[in-house]
Amino acid sequence: MFEDFVDSFLNLDIIRRAMPILWRGLLQTLLLAAIVVPLGLLHGMAIALLSRASSRWVRWPLAVWTDTFRALPPLVLLIFLYAGLPFLGVDLGPWGAVALAFFLNTGSYYGEVLRAGLDSVPPGQMEAARALGLRPALALWLVVIPQAVRNVLPDLVSNTLEVVKLTSIASVVAVPELLFQARQAQSVTYNASPIVAAALAYFIILWPVVRLLSRLENRAVLTARG
Amino acid sequence: MGGLDGFAFTFLNAKVMAEWLPKIAEGFVLTVALAALIVVAGLALGLGLAVLRAMGLRVLNWGIVFFVDLFRALPPLVIIVLLYFGLPGMGISLSGFWATWLSLSLVLAAFSEEIFWAGITATPKGQWDAGKALGLRFLPILFRIVLPQAVRMVVPPLTNRTIAITKGTALASVVGVAEILGAAQSAMAFSGNPSPLTLGAIAYALLFLPVVGAGRWIERHVTIPGR
Repeated sequence: MFEDFVDSFLNLDIIRRAMPILWRGLLQTLLLAAIVVPLGLLHGMAIALLSRASSRWVRWPLAVWTDTFRALPPLVLLIFLYAGLPFLGVDLGPWGAVALAFFLNTGSYYGEVLRAGLDSVPPGQMEAARALGLRPALALWLVVIPQAVRNVLPDLVSNTLEVVKLTSIASVVAVPELLFQARQAQSVTYNASPIVAAALAYFIILWPVVRLLSRLENRAVLTARG
Repeated sequence: MGGLDGFAFTFLNAKVMAEWLPKIAEGFVLTVALAALIVVAGLALGLGLAVLRAMGLRVLNWGIVFFVDLFRALPPLVIIVLLYFGLPGMGISLSGFWATWLSLSLVLAAFSEEIFWAGITATPKGQWDAGKALGLRFLPILFRIVLPQAVRMVVPPLTNRTIAITKGTALASVVGVAEILGAAQSAMAFSGNPSPLTLGAIAYALLFLPVVGAGRWIERHVTIPGR
């Protein structure tokens, strides 16, 4: 029983042979994260700023826009962009489809978090910055946004953790990231050890983030109690 | 065929949609069943672990914290793929449906344990002392005084997280389950037209927009005002 387990999940010989392509996959995963996190933040900041507009002609379409992308499972959106759009003659390719899907999906979540952050900054901060002679855009950038980000930092980190984990769905559209390479190795060797190795890699990279989050969240609970 | 006609023919083709509607409807039922089973198992296990953690046994708590950390750090799709392709090597074979159910239930259990636990620790210490002063023992205090307050405190993050994880049911399509996305993808392959995907997207919207609405309703009616 134990030998079966080691043989099918922790087969070091197979892991050693799969190591080069797993390593390449890991680098692609990191690259993917480095692309989609800033894209999502950019979209999210745009949503957060627009949602402060006073006109309902801005706010209502914006709510529909974000609710749509929050209601759709990310994989559905990705398949739609990857497999559906080519029928219209628009072929984004795997990377393009992944980038656009993450821009739309994760942007909606970042938007919600950042909006809560902006709401948490007292209006007096903006007024004071303006009184000091800063132009609106500069006051926003130098005074309001830094405070907003700090106030919702745990949520931003938590969201970013989810985004990095979510990059694994890019394997479904054949982006050669970590999970894709692990599945390739698994299908060649008929052994799950490469997938265990990939899981271990995710865990090693993301565990510190989970620990950090746990501490940030506990601190939030403690300060809320006063 | 003009641009708009072309778009309608491609993505809103009534003939293709009518033909594949029954398959998508079957997928819809499967998605709902899978999601319901995940919510029940995940929340029950999460609450159970939080209760165990409240007992304060150090070694056990390390185990629980490690379990939570593990399933918060691993991508759900990695867990699904691992269980689906890995377990047969040990002579245990799980169908795609049950592999997805087990994976997402464990993930939901990990997240909900953390949330329930936050609620328990945020309940003022005086509530425990008052319970003891009334002569209640540990479990009655936990279940009749602390948890009712703790659970109501954490309803908003709990509903958000539950909804997010049940959306992961779409990942089951990767291991061959014909839930909404799986059914829509095979329909698209057979018909050579992406309209079934549109239908699938509509099915998800029909499913999750009311769920989001219900979540807001629960938040309004269950949370303790002023907390």
